Amino acid sequence: MEAFTTHRGILAPLDRANVDTDQIIPKQFLKSIKRTGFGPSAFFDWRYTLEGKPNPEFELNEPRYEQRSLLVTRNNFGCGSSREHAVWSLAQDGYKVIIAPYRGEGNDRVPGFADIFKNNCSKNGVVTVELSEEEVEEIFQAVYGEEGLEASLDLEAQVLTLHTSAGETTFSFEYDPSVKNKLLLGLDDIEESLQYLDDITGFETSHDTYIHPVEA
Amino acid sequence: MAKTLFEKIWDRHVVRELPDGTSLIYIDRHLVHEVTSPQAFEGLRLTGRKVRHPELTFSTMDHNVPTDESRLTIKDPVSKAQVEALEKNCGDFGITLYGIGDDHQGIVHVIGPEMGITVPGLTVVCGDSHTSTHGAFGTLAFGIGTSEVEHVLATQTLRQKKPKTFKVEYTGQLQPHVHSKDMVLKLIGMIGTAGGTGSVFEFCGEAVESLSMEARMTICNMSIEGGAKAGLIAPDQTTFDYILAEDRPFAPKGAALDKAMAEWKALPTDPGASFDRTLTIDASQIAPQVSWGTSPGMVIDVDQPVPGLNDVPGYSAADVQKALDYMGLKAGQSMSDSDLDIVFIGSCTNSRIEDLRRAAKMLDGKKKADHVRLMVVPGSQQVRKQAEEEGLDEVFKSAGAEWRWAGCSMCLAMNPDKLSPQERCASTSNRNFEGRQGAGGRTHLVSPEMAAAAAVEGRFVDIRNWN
Repeated sequence: MEAFTTHRGILAPLDRANVDTDQIIPKQFLKSIKRTGFGPSAFFDWRYTLEGKPNPEFELNEPRYEQRSLLVTRNNFGCGSSREHAVWSLAQDGYKVIIAPYRGEGNDRVPGFADIFKNNCSKNGVVTVELSEEEVEEIFQAVYGEEGLEASLDLEAQVLTLHTSAGETTFSFEYDPSVKNKLLLGLDDIEESLQYLDDITGFETSHDTYIHPVEA
Repeated sequence: MAKTLFEKIWDRHVVRELPDGTSLIYIDRHLVHEVTSPQAFEGLRLTGRKVRHPELTFSTMDHNVPTDESRLTIKDPVSKAQVEALEKNCGDFGITLYGIGDDHQGIVHVIGPEMGITVPGLTVVCGDSHTSTHGAFGTLAFGIGTSEVEHVLATQTLRQKKPKTFKVEYTGQLQPHVHSKDMVLKLIGMIGTAGGTGSVFEFCGEAVESLSMEARMTICNMSIEGGAKAGLIAPDQTTFDYILAEDRPFAPKGAALDKAMAEWKALPTDPGASFDRTLTIDASQIAPQVSWGTSPGMVIDVDQPVPGLNDVPGYSAADVQKALDYMGLKAGQSMSDSDLDIVFIGSCTNSRIEDLRRAAKMLDGKKKADHVRLMVVPGSQQVRKQAEEEGLDEVFKSAGAEWRWAGCSMCLAMNPDKLSPQERCASTSNRNFEGRQGAGGRTHLVSPEMAAAAAVEGRFVDIRNWN
């Protein structure tokens, strides 16, 4: 995986909550046996009309967002199906950073992204940024208020910066240290885990998997 | 220290705590299907890696397979290529495959338990979010992405952060004709589709203990719709009877079974063990549920009106409006006001023998409404066979239903079974997302009994007052 350290680009809004992975990439594109070619299919049913033309009513189709590489959206983004194709399509469509709000606090805090989706992002160099609902609302207002608004993300510092014409606004965010280190260094998960091969082999000598061996 | 069921399973599978704060977790069963695996096998080939434990890895084809008479020959060349890729991958890497035409082919989450692949106390993963189904056995089962599929194939482990625990207790007993699908839809309506994110549910209480294994699987299946990684139910005599009742070839036998059984009996949550969150639901107050919107959290009692823009907790007025527009519904109308076009009984949520029995009981001696197309799709070829032995297929056919072969079918429309734009469907599946059953299609999630009655009337009825 390519290392992720910092990124600066145009920010685009998707003002919907609970965007599920069926919306990010509909099932007909899941038949591919390749890992590439999913970019143009991201948000397919919203992005294109039934005739296959770009849908002018879909906000990400506005010309001002054509060059976007950061996305701000609402809570529970990426819920539903585990399909990693959803993250492949976003990454291949140019998105490097996705911002969504968490809700509540403490034990009642509900993350901004669905678990499997967030995990899949971490395997594909897409950074998920969770901020409070107020902070995300502020970012939405900034995006709508200024065409071509740029934002930058510093993963090491865990800071998102909005570069508005009036000046810079920064937002600090929490980020899983294990994922951060992996992204910063561009490490391969399997390679990493295979360092513990002796532990795995040792574990297997005493662990019962309860399988009854059946000859094929 | 008192431990929860989840903690006992977790602790049993920690290979090593890693310096980055995650745990390297051992995986006991890896289920593989055609859609989310080809890129993972490709990754193995590119790096020259092998499948570490082919004997713990099981495969079937379900998402792409046609479920009608044409099932043995897939016409769509892209679907065909995906199915052929799985055949080749299983052959090359030595993995057991229940492919098209096999007596044991079926939906991956139906055949796992059926074959004894799923038993208590395990970790089970699959590149499919409904892997949570297997939690009904008191086994930690969750969906993973394709990168993780490759990781498990290569290492038989996953790097995981320990999730939180969320106890959902159902007190009291259900009303007649209200069942586990209604229990889980009710929960999702209460906590929303992100309410369980970052957690593992443990479902417990009197109403859960009374459920059959099939019904427990329905609840755990939809844990993911409540945002949770997994759902668990403590193993008990019902669980053990299920495992022992039939020929389940991969379940432990003899002395191995005795040892396993002793360990399984120690799995239930200890008295006094604490959970990060708890919620109690009075099961006797649960009505039959129907989803009205485009998210499983958009669900109401069948006798409630469709909600207004500001009446849906957790959803903005704009989201509610979008959902109503998409579904072709108006706030305040009754769910029984709209005609249905299709009734789909099937999917990994509700396609097991008990689901079919419940639907058949409602349909016995009756006919579907003329304008409705009724499809009954068993979850596996074994379920189909058993249903035919019990004569359920005759009940369905006499009622005017299409009696199909096993597969995911219209749950996700990756195969020839799909809705046309604006077609309205009563579905026993798990997701009512926009376009889920076909672009523009309108899905209402219900139990098998509610679906069967809706097929007869051509619209939703309150099953509690229906003859």
